[in-house]
Amino acid sequence: MSGDPKLERIAKGNALALCATGTWTASFAPVLERMVADAEKLAGSPQNIFIDVSEVAKLDTFGAWLIERLRRSLTKGTVEAQIAGLSANYSSLVDEVRRVRATPVVDGSTITISGMLEQIGRAVAGVGGTFAGLIDMLGAVLAAGGHVLIHPRSFRLTSTVHHMEQVCWRAVPIIVLITFLIGCIIAQQGIFHFRRFGADIFVVDMLGVLVLREIGVLLVAIMVAGRSGSAYTAELGSMKMREEIDALRTMGFDPIEVLVLPRMLALVLALPILAFLGAMAALYGGGLVAWLYGGVDPEAFLLRLRDAISIDHFIVGIVKAPVMAAVIGIVACVEGLAVQGSAESLGQHTTASVVKGIFFVIVMDGVFAIFFASIGM
Amino acid sequence: MAQDTQKETRSEIQNPIIRVRDITVQFGTTRVLDGLNLDVKRGEILGFVGPSGAGKSVLTRTIIGLVPKVAGSIEVFGVDLDSSNTSQRRNVERRWGVLFQQGALFSSLTVRQNIQFPMREYLRVSQRLMDEITMAKLAMVGLKPEVAERFPSELSGGMIKRVALARALSLDPDLVFLDEPTSGLDPIGAGDFDDLVRTLQRTLGLTVFMVTHDLDSLYTACDRIAVLGNGKIIAAGSIADMQASQHPWLRQYFHGKRARAVMS
Repeated sequence: MSGDPKLERIAKGNALALCATGTWTASFAPVLERMVADAEKLAGSPQNIFIDVSEVAKLDTFGAWLIERLRRSLTKGTVEAQIAGLSANYSSLVDEVRRVRATPVVDGSTITISGMLEQIGRAVAGVGGTFAGLIDMLGAVLAAGGHVLIHPRSFRLTSTVHHMEQVCWRAVPIIVLITFLIGCIIAQQGIFHFRRFGADIFVVDMLGVLVLREIGVLLVAIMVAGRSGSAYTAELGSMKMREEIDALRTMGFDPIEVLVLPRMLALVLALPILAFLGAMAALYGGGLVAWLYGGVDPEAFLLRLRDAISIDHFIVGIVKAPVMAAVIGIVACVEGLAVQGSAESLGQHTTASVVKGIFFVIVMDGVFAIFFASIGM
Repeated sequence: MAQDTQKETRSEIQNPIIRVRDITVQFGTTRVLDGLNLDVKRGEILGFVGPSGAGKSVLTRTIIGLVPKVAGSIEVFGVDLDSSNTSQRRNVERRWGVLFQQGALFSSLTVRQNIQFPMREYLRVSQRLMDEITMAKLAMVGLKPEVAERFPSELSGGMIKRVALARALSLDPDLVFLDEPTSGLDPIGAGDFDDLVRTLQRTLGLTVFMVTHDLDSLYTACDRIAVLGNGKIIAAGSIADMQASQHPWLRQYFHGKRARAVMS
């Protein structure tokens, strides 16, 4: 009795019986669907049609629904097609699917021109919202900072130290390695091209100015945005998803003070330290390459470096670091707190956090360049 | 093919649907399950109880292969899960459905896509049939068709459980594991859920393995109850057997204030 399902047409007097046999279950669903589609073509025929299911060995929702679908399409006008020979075991299942309304699913993903225009409009309007969100967070962080200044006991030292370890101490090896390599590359390129003019020694000027003013802090800020900004967003985002932030709020804690402020503070303290270490590593790498590849011995390198750069260059670089840290931190925390319920949303906001963080770091760098040029530093 | 199926069916009717023998599970040095034996019969609703932290979820997760065991054997549908090859295992996995405690719906898919996910993977059927079956499943678990296009984050706790059950049932499994299906539901919702499990068991011929703390569920929905304690099954039988048991924990559990309230 069990085995491949069949739907046989047997004429009985002036009526036509569709005899279903075999296993009408999910595993045979593709076959069943084809058979039922074939049988549905009988809908127009004048004969009386009934569906005989007495020989069905096994029935599940798929089979029951397909029989029900067949019954519905064979029903003409007021004359209902009948299902005969239904065993007691399966009658409740068939009754269950009979109650189902086959509502066509509306697919909302059709692309229309007005829809596209709407999306563009929303995206443009969203830019303003982004800025408002950042300024909002900046204000909230400053307010929380003010509150902590007045009530120093509410400051979360342990949390701040923990985040310092995460974003500063643990980042040192990779930051030093990358900036060292970049220093090497800049020196090598400089020597390679300057040598044609016999101006090898000027590579020291280039390295010093570039590393201390720009590359050191910019590179480190970009790496921190990728490394710690993404971590902040993911942490805050998953806390948001699990309602931990709501829990904090109901217990009378300000999530900004408890979660955001220690993270921001850690980042603002960490980035100058990392930028300094990065700049030193880059100078060291550049000096090494200048010596081994360009024949500039360390003594000459240091003398030239002292002439070429002043303390101003160093200050210009290091002053930018905490500002960039604040920008990265604010972007990361805004994105983290904007995460909605789904895993996809967490991914989107983490990506947005890194992309926006890096973008704003570069914009800030440009603003600083204009500022320092106009005050003559 | 036909003969194979027949043979398979016959051996399955005689044997329990799940046969767990001498299972030991250890996390570090803590032994959670210690030589545990359990049979689940075809077509029954087995309620599985025990104190919090006794390892009820661990046993469920061990049977479905999410937690590695140190010793013992597990047979589901007569297939030993340790010695089975990938395709046999696949076959077994297709025939069971799991309802996780938190629902475990895919958060980036809509309800409809969640329910269709296993169908898409295992069956080659038209989108139309999948949509219709989805609607049938939603109706079976007592949800309105409008829910289909919502995302899990837009559902209430009870709805999440129902959708998760619909997903667990999407391939018409022979066996479903329910991990605390009524926890976090209001008493009316929980009662509806019990009725639902009963109805589905009757209409689809399901075997249900239900971890629960809900005394009402035990009384109204379960055919048989197994009790876990000290890493072993300390008792198994009908609700009357449980009430007659002299085991201290069982006495407390079935004769406590809450139990009396349920029985009266």
